[in-house]
Amino acid sequence: MAKTLTIVIVENDKARAMAIVDGLRETGDHKIHVLAEQSGLARSIAKLSPDVVLIDVANPSRDSIEELALASGPLDRPVAFFVDHSDARMTKTAIEAGVSAYVVDGLQNDRIKPVLDAAIARFQLFQRMRIELETTKRALEERKIIDRAKGMLMKARGLSEDEAYALLRKTAMDQGKRVADIAVALVTAADLLS
Amino acid sequence: MTQYCVKAGYMPLVDAAPLIVAKELGFANEEGLRLDLQPAPSWSTLRDRLLFGQIQAAHMLAPVPIASAIQDNSGLPKLVVLSGLSSNGNVFGVSKKLRTRLRANGLLFDFENAKLAGDALADLHVPLKIGVPFALSMHAELVTFWLTKSGLQQGQDFQIIAVPPPLMAQAMQDGILDAFCVGEPWGSVTVATADAGLMLPSVAIWSNAPEKVLSARDGWVGENPECVKRLMRAVWRAGEWLANPDHLTTTSEVLARSEYLGIPAETIDCALWGRMIINQNNDIRTTPNFLKFNGVDTCFPWKSRASWIAERLANRLNLDPTASIAKSREIYRSDLYRENLGALGADLPLSSSKIEGALDGPVEVSGVSKSLILNQDQFFDGTIYDPGQ
Repeated sequence: MAKTLTIVIVENDKARAMAIVDGLRETGDHKIHVLAEQSGLARSIAKLSPDVVLIDVANPSRDSIEELALASGPLDRPVAFFVDHSDARMTKTAIEAGVSAYVVDGLQNDRIKPVLDAAIARFQLFQRMRIELETTKRALEERKIIDRAKGMLMKARGLSEDEAYALLRKTAMDQGKRVADIAVALVTAADLLS
Repeated sequence: MTQYCVKAGYMPLVDAAPLIVAKELGFANEEGLRLDLQPAPSWSTLRDRLLFGQIQAAHMLAPVPIASAIQDNSGLPKLVVLSGLSSNGNVFGVSKKLRTRLRANGLLFDFENAKLAGDALADLHVPLKIGVPFALSMHAELVTFWLTKSGLQQGQDFQIIAVPPPLMAQAMQDGILDAFCVGEPWGSVTVATADAGLMLPSVAIWSNAPEKVLSARDGWVGENPECVKRLMRAVWRAGEWLANPDHLTTTSEVLARSEYLGIPAETIDCALWGRMIINQNNDIRTTPNFLKFNGVDTCFPWKSRASWIAERLANRLNLDPTASIAKSREIYRSDLYRENLGALGADLPLSSSKIEGALDGPVEVSGVSKSLILNQDQFFDGTIYDPGQ
């Protein structure tokens, strides 16, 4: 049997890291370490001598890991990494899914692929959840501010709730803007004047 | 008119100004180009987005396309350099602890004399851990050049470590770093948050150092000549516009917006004027040519500069210097610069290669259709780099 892979995941979000770990466990018996973003990251990774490092494409710390992929002084570099250029299509898919993988030179493709596939699936799942969460959050905030704007109009101009909303909507349409944008403008202006 | 469209990536730094100005001040529009600008979280991600076609052009560290040309990256597309976006603009700073020791040893922190600063660091006889944003950067090359020429040995007396600029201040406070070299606004941020002291602007090491370039994928450049032309024209015109001091306040305001740098306009203004606050006592130093976006020295893709960078990278990566230099010169597309920008009145030199570090002041030389001025171009120790032809 092939030796177990040592995998390092760089991820600050604990829940997300755990989900990725679970996904990877399904692909085989790996030794998995999770590291949070930190200033001495490259060194900590090098100490673990991993076969694969997985990190979010959006994580700024990628730039410090990239250092490990370059040949520098032999003393600085206990382990040689490279972004797996042998399969450009696989790398492209991974990057589009938001994961970057650093793989030790010489590791067989059939050993990397299941790991990468599992990581990609988890990254995509989390990407979706993040977008959903952000959209919901924004919708809620917008609703709150529209309610405030409605309230102001009702008070200032003696309108009913429906009339206030109709006025906001008409103004938005006249100006080619979203109702939420008009509501924000109104609330901001009112805050400034009060 | 056909609308051309380019997706271009950038890192949110002050020296991304030419791309941002090209879009916001309407130069791209006037060239019939829709410029879709996308910020990137790291240089490696920016490079990968460019390599894999998510964007077509990028604001890039000068050594990145050269590294991609000289390394054996079979299966990956090649990156080329269309023009230079900026010269200089980085600062070198030290931790509070080192600053105190250097001061006690009599260093004046004139923010000007790289020889004195280098000697002072050598006299400390302590190994220095120095943070730079990325291993493949002019920050790394200039600091290594400067300290090596000052008698320090890489690996033994100093070590270059890549740390993302937003984490630089923390790394200084944690004692992981003793010094750093970054572009603005991160030098100022590190002074403000980690009580660091700025020692030198990068212009003091090489008075005319290439910094960021406009890079694109070779295949895309070949297939979209009209689009490339419009992009190059828009960016070049933005650089010329940026050379007028009257435009710097507007530039600061535009860059400060949350969709670009999202930092106070005053900080950006200081970098554009070369007026740096070098410590928490608010000592200010003003540096001419702190950051430059225009002129033939900065924007023309000089093959001699490609050679300088390629030779250093080849030595570092254990590659053949001669072959590396040849490959690097191929991707510096001075042919496209001549073809696409000549009609706009851009200065065109007779040769695409020059001796680097040989000018102690501005010099008038003959150019293709008119004579042109080459600005001061000197290394701090008087090194002359002759790349041959």
